[in-house]
Amino acid sequence: MTGKFVVGFDGSETAQRALDFATERAIAQGGTIVVAYVLEWSPYSFLTPQEVAERSQRRKDELARAETAIIEPAQRAAEAKGVRVETVLRYGHIAEIICEIAEAPDVAQIFIGRNGRSSLGSRVFGSVAGHLVQASPVPCTIVP
Amino acid sequence: MTTYFKRAALAAFVVTTSAVTAGAQEAEPTLDQAVNDAFASATGWFVNFIFSPFPGTSFPWIVAWLVIAATIFTIYFGLIQFRAFPHSIALVKGDYSDPNDAGEVSHFQALATALSGTVGLGNIAGVAVAVGIGGPGATFWMILAGLMGMASKFTECTLGVKYRNEFPDGHVSGGPMYYLDKGFAERGLPGGKVLAVLFAIFCILGSLGGGNMFQSNQAHQQIAGIVGEYPGWITGVIFAGVVFAVIIGGLKSIAQVTEKVVPFMGILYVLAALVIILMNADKIGWAFGQIFAGAFTGLGVAGGLVGALIQGFKRAAFSNEAGVGSAAIAHSAVKTKEPITEGFVSLLEPFIDTVVICTMTALVIIISGQLVSDPETGLYILTEGGSIQTLDGSSGVSLTSAAFSSAFSWFPYVLAVAVILFAFSTMISWSYYGLKAWTFLFGEGKTTEIVFKVIFCIFVVIGAAANLGPVIDFSDAAIFAMAVVNIAGLYFLMPIVKRELDSYMSRLKSGEIRKFK
Repeated sequence: MTGKFVVGFDGSETAQRALDFATERAIAQGGTIVVAYVLEWSPYSFLTPQEVAERSQRRKDELARAETAIIEPAQRAAEAKGVRVETVLRYGHIAEIICEIAEAPDVAQIFIGRNGRSSLGSRVFGSVAGHLVQASPVPCTIVP
Repeated sequence: MTTYFKRAALAAFVVTTSAVTAGAQEAEPTLDQAVNDAFASATGWFVNFIFSPFPGTSFPWIVAWLVIAATIFTIYFGLIQFRAFPHSIALVKGDYSDPNDAGEVSHFQALATALSGTVGLGNIAGVAVAVGIGGPGATFWMILAGLMGMASKFTECTLGVKYRNEFPDGHVSGGPMYYLDKGFAERGLPGGKVLAVLFAIFCILGSLGGGNMFQSNQAHQQIAGIVGEYPGWITGVIFAGVVFAVIIGGLKSIAQVTEKVVPFMGILYVLAALVIILMNADKIGWAFGQIFAGAFTGLGVAGGLVGALIQGFKRAAFSNEAGVGSAAIAHSAVKTKEPITEGFVSLLEPFIDTVVICTMTALVIIISGQLVSDPETGLYILTEGGSIQTLDGSSGVSLTSAAFSSAFSWFPYVLAVAVILFAFSTMISWSYYGLKAWTFLFGEGKTTEIVFKVIFCIFVVIGAAANLGPVIDFSDAAIFAMAVVNIAGLYFLMPIVKRELDSYMSRLKSGEIRKFK
């Protein structure tokens, strides 16, 4: 199965494991890696006037930091192993955005790390992995 | 000219603050009384000027000023508040939001932030004041003022976004002081700078009055109603401490928690009001009958029809701040290619604040039978002070509390939490508005900001310690003074808004502006 392998990536240890796992598969099958970093954001959250005033600048800083500290090092490390890498940096609900990226016709699979936490929040609101398993348009691999 | 105003403004603050604090130190019977007397004498001249009636009548010129403006904007923009209502909802839902702009402040967030500054004690205590003096009829005029005020809000918030300042470090400042200055310059009109400076001065006074003292005053009254009477300065000092921690100490977490809890408190408040109204469904028809009859006859209230009208318009303006210019400061930070969209979103504010929430409060007070009327004549019985006699003699926030507790005995406790949260969130919002006006006058910088914030905290204590009368008078006067300057400017700038509106509407019709959802 060739095509694009979308990896949900946030720079954490578990995300790195998922990226390594997906990279091995991509090399073996001649696929392309899509490193997708989604910054959690809801347009319906509540902000203070101060936060509203500073939001535009903070967004610029967040994007710059994500690009230089998380996305680029991951891209370089994966490419060094000999695989083609594309990157996506978006704001929104993590699982929804990853599903949206996976809607593209050439996406074959999603890889995501499992953080292993069974926190109350995850039980009440669901985890990203749980959401993806339910809603992913392509096969989804959860890497422990 | 600007330097003169800066000096005058600073002198006014020093005089007002020192007069109040000096008065507070005199050997009066109680500290509260001393603060109250000093406050009343220091601000009386200002209040008298703002609320002076037309010669030979009892009609305050300021009320006419607001109503005429709202009417002119309503006509000039072709009933925009009704025409654009569905489109405003679509914008808030995010139907027209470009996904590439995700992470920027959304229309919903701008609306919620602006609402957190307006939904507060004006909706709880202010309505009780209006109905307590102007009778149920005041509710009719309040709703009408809310509907008309939507057009004022639309005008000012569009301009707020269009003429905001973006500083090199990326932060944004906007509001009437910026659009009066830049807008007048763009149209080649003189006097923009003077109006901008005047607005900034009144905005600082408004932030210390309605955005601060009125809030701490009513919060104290509500707490004292539950735990028993105790000196107001105690509440003031506690409130001031928390506000100090947030705006000076940088404890943003408190503000963030409040900002998230307040909307739910607002929903809870509206739901409780709805439950009470539905529990008394048989009285709804009678209550609306009282509202309409009172609106056109007064039903015995002081000043009759005009008395009800003045109270309704006054409290609506104080509650939703349409025409005041404060919301334009909050909305101006939104990143949008179309400033007019922020105008559309902002017109929902007076609707939510006044037409929905204020009406709920008024209906609960009327339906719960708090206002005493003569069974024979059907007219309301007045006290010596000229307000309507209530079942337990309460007024302001205590009257609202009594009305809600007639259905749920435990509700005063919930209301106390709501009042404290509303008061706090309104204070935080207004400390920001005041600060923006302050930095417009005295420049951006750490030291000038600290000076304003300390003054703001001092006024929290003064507000809690003073009686309702002088506090509410000064609050109204300061907020309405902002409206005097803002609306004067809006008349000259409304053709700019009209151009924006026509251009946007034609592109919306042609499909150039399209939905993303």
